[in-house]
Amino acid sequence: MTDATLNGDGGRPNGSLTTQDDRTKARNRAETRFKAYGLAAILVGIFFLVVLAVSIIRSGSPAFTRTVVDVEFTLSQSEFEAAEEELFKTKAYQSLFISTLKGQLDERGVEVAFDEAAIERLLGKVGGTIREFYTANPDKLGEPVQFELPASSRVDGYFNGRVTRESIQDSRFLMKADLDLVDVLHDAGIMKSSFNWTFITGADAGVDNPGGAGIGASVVGSFFMMLVVLVLSLPIGVAASIYLEEFAPQNRFTDLIEVNISNLAAVPSIVFGILGLAVFIQFMHLPQSAPLVGGLVLTLMTLPTIIISTRASLKAVPPSIRDAALGVGASRMQAVFHHVLPLAMPGILTGTIIGLAQALGETAPLLLIGMVGFVARGYPEGIAAGFTDPNSAMPAQIYTWAARADAGFYEKAWGGIIILLAFLLTMNIIAIILRRRFERRW
Amino acid sequence: MPLFWLILAVLGLASVGYVLGRRRALQSAGGDSRKLHSLPSYYGFNAALKSAVPALLLLVVWLLAQPLIVNNTVSELIPDSAVPESSSRGLIMAEVRRAAEGLENAVAAGLMTEEFAGNAGADVEEISQRLKDAGQIVTSEITQPVMRAAQHYRAMNTTGGRMMSVAVLLLALVGCLWGLREVAPAFRARNVVENGIRALLIAAASIAILTTIGILLSLVFNTIEFFRLYPAWDFFTGLNWAPSFSGRGGSSDLGVIPLLWGTFYISIVALAVAVPIGLFSAIYLSEYASKPVRAVAKPMLEVLAGIPTIVYGLFALLTVGPLLMKVFGSDGLGWMQAGTAVMTAGLVMGIMLIPFVSSLSDDIINAVPQTLRDGSYGLGATRSETIRQVVLPAALPGIVGAILLAASRAIGETMIVVLGAGAAARLSLNPFEAMTTVTAKIVSQLTGDADFASPEALVAFALGMTLFVITLGLNILALYIVRKYREQYE
Repeated sequence: MTDATLNGDGGRPNGSLTTQDDRTKARNRAETRFKAYGLAAILVGIFFLVVLAVSIIRSGSPAFTRTVVDVEFTLSQSEFEAAEEELFKTKAYQSLFISTLKGQLDERGVEVAFDEAAIERLLGKVGGTIREFYTANPDKLGEPVQFELPASSRVDGYFNGRVTRESIQDSRFLMKADLDLVDVLHDAGIMKSSFNWTFITGADAGVDNPGGAGIGASVVGSFFMMLVVLVLSLPIGVAASIYLEEFAPQNRFTDLIEVNISNLAAVPSIVFGILGLAVFIQFMHLPQSAPLVGGLVLTLMTLPTIIISTRASLKAVPPSIRDAALGVGASRMQAVFHHVLPLAMPGILTGTIIGLAQALGETAPLLLIGMVGFVARGYPEGIAAGFTDPNSAMPAQIYTWAARADAGFYEKAWGGIIILLAFLLTMNIIAIILRRRFERRW
Repeated sequence: MPLFWLILAVLGLASVGYVLGRRRALQSAGGDSRKLHSLPSYYGFNAALKSAVPALLLLVVWLLAQPLIVNNTVSELIPDSAVPESSSRGLIMAEVRRAAEGLENAVAAGLMTEEFAGNAGADVEEISQRLKDAGQIVTSEITQPVMRAAQHYRAMNTTGGRMMSVAVLLLALVGCLWGLREVAPAFRARNVVENGIRALLIAAASIAILTTIGILLSLVFNTIEFFRLYPAWDFFTGLNWAPSFSGRGGSSDLGVIPLLWGTFYISIVALAVAVPIGLFSAIYLSEYASKPVRAVAKPMLEVLAGIPTIVYGLFALLTVGPLLMKVFGSDGLGWMQAGTAVMTAGLVMGIMLIPFVSSLSDDIINAVPQTLRDGSYGLGATRSETIRQVVLPAALPGIVGAILLAASRAIGETMIVVLGAGAAARLSLNPFEAMTTVTAKIVSQLTGDADFASPEALVAFALGMTLFVITLGLNILALYIVRKYREQYE
């Protein structure tokens, strides 16, 4: 036997219990340190989240505003006819516009010199826009019309700090001297920011026109894709889960299915893209870049997620429900479909929404099925075309913008992310509300 | 008939079958449902199932088989002499399909009559010209045999589509009638319907197996095709990655080693960020944190896992990259040439992986029985000593499993490395240099303009296979470790 309780070497020296000896102090310090490491780790994680959120909001919010020149413009019938007589019609409208602008500046007592070229650099081809308006609405001739003309993306950049007086180099896009004019116009209240509806509703523009790019068309593409995912993955996922949870016998086939599902849940998403490319596009010759193909690939990807969450909610329904149903004479199929499934439905829907949210943000597989080379110039025509016509999807559109050389597209990419995250947030909140309201604890 | 309407018609027939079957069953029992073996609705379901399921199955099989058959038949129509030396049959077939599509569009737009588009005697020059006028893309590759093949392709597809509509509708009708004929009071409709539904459930569960088979087949066949064009030995041991898109074969170096190195280096940086932060967060949350702190901090960390990877990619490219450049770039320490580097991608990927490590470790630490802790406290150990010497050793297998799962995520991650890691494949130890990964190269090789028959495009499938095998191996290992650990306490 050992006599560890005796005052041998290594034991606690005789002293007061109320004063800590050095070893206890060291141990307590180690304790505090360890706890501080843990707290620091959490704070670092949350710090990253905050940095991410701040940089998204700060870089993305400029995408929602644009600089416009707000001018009240009146064109009389005779001026219209005279301009239409000219050889360079838009040029005529442009000089009319410039004289109006000069007049308005004079009214406010602002003196500034500028030429037609400067206006063209700031506002693009104004004459064309004005002519288009009056040829379409001849009845507006003679009345004052408020024109909101979007400024070029570099002027936008000047107001949100991307372009500065130091960084700018004189080019055919923007001269240093133009910025003086911009300042004057801004001070006079003619140039101002307005909400950029084009960004919300528009389609992607060309590589040299970040100002005109919008995310609307790709939201529609994503919508059709999610429709395919929902219609396919919900019934298939629920059916597979019901079989595995309620009917499957313990045998090798069932094991094989279970192993496959857990492995598929961990396969990198890009591999699903390869599958989609090889099977749906190379083998079945479905159209490239189509939301239908994207939806099919994402369905295969989301199925394991949905199956896993559906099985969990089926498992949560207590066996007494099944026993009671069987006891009053229901068949097993009736017990499941009439009693277990309705009770598990809130959980299933929650899992499905979370699976859909995951699918909505997935990018890599979409790149492989061709959703990146394609520039969506407009909305699909009709519902069938929505599924089969080439279109972009939100994350693919964001990637396309991020990969472009013009820095003006970066803020569009961030803006796109804000919209994407808004959709994800909404879906997740719906899922949480569903869970809170309908989940039953047994 | 467009596919959408065809499916709708079949479903319509099925609903008609349901209504009629139900009514017929009630009639056969003289309006007294107690005389029937099953509830009346089961007789309806029987007819509906019999009309919809076989017809939709035929539709799917037909849609899969028709392109194959048409392709093979048309491919045989093209004489060997029509395939140029520098081209392959596959490329010619792509041309045929494009031409056929052009004809289809031109007819649909009303710029060409049906007879003219299908006229085998028509002059190729004339058709090409008319196609060009219709705004269709026509290349110089379109020769006499190609145009003939395209016309044939189009004709076969049109007849095939018509035959499919007729066959599917006929089958739906026959199934419906069959289901209605069966109706009799003694017919065990419920059993038949339940067996049918059971079969459907099994079929749905088997889709997981089919997906795996699909992944394996698409990877294996294309990988074999690649190794036929490019030696496997060179692929696995090559130290140089330099694909060329100009010439075909021979001129490209497609060694996987630099890509694997980039992948592992970035993953190691990511894990070096994620594992300490994740693990300490998990320890704090499960052992120290009060309930309200846990209720706030845990979901906040998990938000990081719910953010799409494209967001992280953009964050790496536009925020973290420039930030690192300020510190380590030419204005700072001078170690970094560009914003895209191993460090950029690794750091951001690490942030993404924090919740993976923390959530899984949290669950595992919570699963360690309280008795172990109580025993340790009873012996006079402090909390941190208990965690370090009792809880962590007990949870270690599970934590290793969690780290392996995170590693497999890191290796398979695509968007962060595509945007944040750069495009140059190199073997270097400097973490501030741009490197590239397997996933990034899969994207760049398959989104380029290379044709699918060239080794430069096919290499992506070999890369995908490598990736699949590595991540699968890691997952299986992780699950094995986690399962083995669980058995100790249950």
